[in-house]
Amino acid sequence: MNSIVSIQNLSKVYEGGHQALKEINLEIKKGEILALLGPNGAGKTTLISTICGIVSPSSGTVKVNGHDIIKNYRDSRQMIGLVPQELTLGAFETVWNTINFSRGLFGKKRDDAYLEKLLKELSLWDKKTNELRTLSGGMKRRVLIAKALSHQPEILFLDEPTAGVDVELRKDMWNIVRRLRESGVTIILTTHYIEEAEEIADRIGVINNGELLLIEDKKELMHKLGQKQLIVELKEPTENLPNLLSKYNVSLSQDGAKITYTYDTRGDGTGITSLLQAINESGLVLKDMQTTQSSLEDIFVHLVHDDGFDQKEKNIDQTAKEEKPDAH
Amino acid sequence: MRINLQAIKVIYKYEMLRAWKTLFQSLASPVISTALYFVVFGSAIGSRIDTIEGVSYGLFIVPGLTMLSLLTQSIANASFGIFFPKFTGSIYEVLSAPVSFFEIMVGYVGAAATKSFILGVVILITASFFVDLKIAHPVWMATFLILTCISFSLFGFIIGLWANNFEKLQIIPLLIITPLVFLGGSFYSVSMLPPFWQTVTLFNPVLYLVSGFRWSFFEVSDVNVGLSLGMIVVFLVACLLVISWMFKTGYRLKE
Repeated sequence: MNSIVSIQNLSKVYEGGHQALKEINLEIKKGEILALLGPNGAGKTTLISTICGIVSPSSGTVKVNGHDIIKNYRDSRQMIGLVPQELTLGAFETVWNTINFSRGLFGKKRDDAYLEKLLKELSLWDKKTNELRTLSGGMKRRVLIAKALSHQPEILFLDEPTAGVDVELRKDMWNIVRRLRESGVTIILTTHYIEEAEEIADRIGVINNGELLLIEDKKELMHKLGQKQLIVELKEPTENLPNLLSKYNVSLSQDGAKITYTYDTRGDGTGITSLLQAINESGLVLKDMQTTQSSLEDIFVHLVHDDGFDQKEKNIDQTAKEEKPDAH
Repeated sequence: MRINLQAIKVIYKYEMLRAWKTLFQSLASPVISTALYFVVFGSAIGSRIDTIEGVSYGLFIVPGLTMLSLLTQSIANASFGIFFPKFTGSIYEVLSAPVSFFEIMVGYVGAAATKSFILGVVILITASFFVDLKIAHPVWMATFLILTCISFSLFGFIIGLWANNFEKLQIIPLLIITPLVFLGGSFYSVSMLPPFWQTVTLFNPVLYLVSGFRWSFFEVSDVNVGLSLGMIVVFLVACLLVISWMFKTGYRLKE
């Protein structure tokens, strides 16, 4: 595997004794978009901050393109751009000065043409002489992205990039992310918005309580853990499920008008044909039917819940993706 | 050894730009306060004091007055310079850049020391309007001035790293530095004190600064000039050692 970031047995225990990372092992592939999912306080930011040099690791090693982040910090950091979670900007400098400052910190000579292009891409060009304190939250977020990209990094870390961001900026941001990926930049983003990971990532890692619970190719993950449900609507409601259906994983809705059948897409046969036959033989008449598939969110909730996380704290809306009936 | 000169340059420039924006305040305030000191101490009170060790009182207070502003401003500039990005959180980008702690320090302290040096020159120019200022040893004067600017900017940098709120940022300059300057012979000769207090004053590091600086003007000093120079160097080295320890451990910078 052609990995650009290699993390081995990385642990972090903060001074107060809180263990934020537990023996993390992770290989980040060159050119991929990796989404790290996890609830608040899971350790996502600590992981990113450690790779970037803001937090010192307690044990373990991290290599960026073969450069150890402590011994060869100059080489490793040179490759990285970081967009932090908080809107951590100064107040009195202008947009133009602050991105020049960021570029200079990375030892790069001034390149007005590149920075102009960057600001234009981020719709910041007309704000270049504005002081940072006069900008709106969304604009500040754009400035943070511009700062992170000012030295043309090969790896970009986006820590909760869309927290508190409007639809337009979110769209712009994903366009930039896609364009960067096309130009070969590796992107690691943390989020607790599952739709984001689902929409943009190639691979997904789930972190909770400082542990990397899972790291999988997005499609494989969806496929592997994806359960589907067939919902059969009956013309006439029934009081009890017929005996013929007892061998199937089915449930009856409270009003008796819907039968829900849960099945696994990985199996050789889904059992839909025989189920429909059984329904027919039971004398029930179909009115309509539809299938739904577990979203990444369901998978995530399932994983994190198993890990002991109190689901109430997450306050995530459960949404399932609806699909048209599948012929199995 | 690799040095990220560009990073030092941008930090230095950034800090100088910050002062440039408040140029009027940065320059007008020391000029006005110096002028006021001369009016009060030099003319009103000073006219009733003959001379101190053969130097008129108005002239005698020039080095002390310069040191007072230099010390407080060096500390204020350097401490605020590093404290503010810590406060806003924007320090993250310095910490995640390929910059060594040494380079960070050179950028911030260099800018603070430069500002203080300019301030010192402005105060001396202002003073020359009130008294007939002659400098007996210009090279020594410049050496004391520069060493003081650097060492107290380093000290300010330490305070800025240490402070995790605005109160802590103010407390050391207010409660320690200002009394030390006033009691360190800025406005009087130590020989004017009773013997017991003369001995106590010898433990005040500012005495050595003011004394050496004053010697470079009038060849009059409370302590040997070599001792003065030695004390500044000791203070400077001590600050460097503390900063290198802070950087090594990531004290209040890295978790």
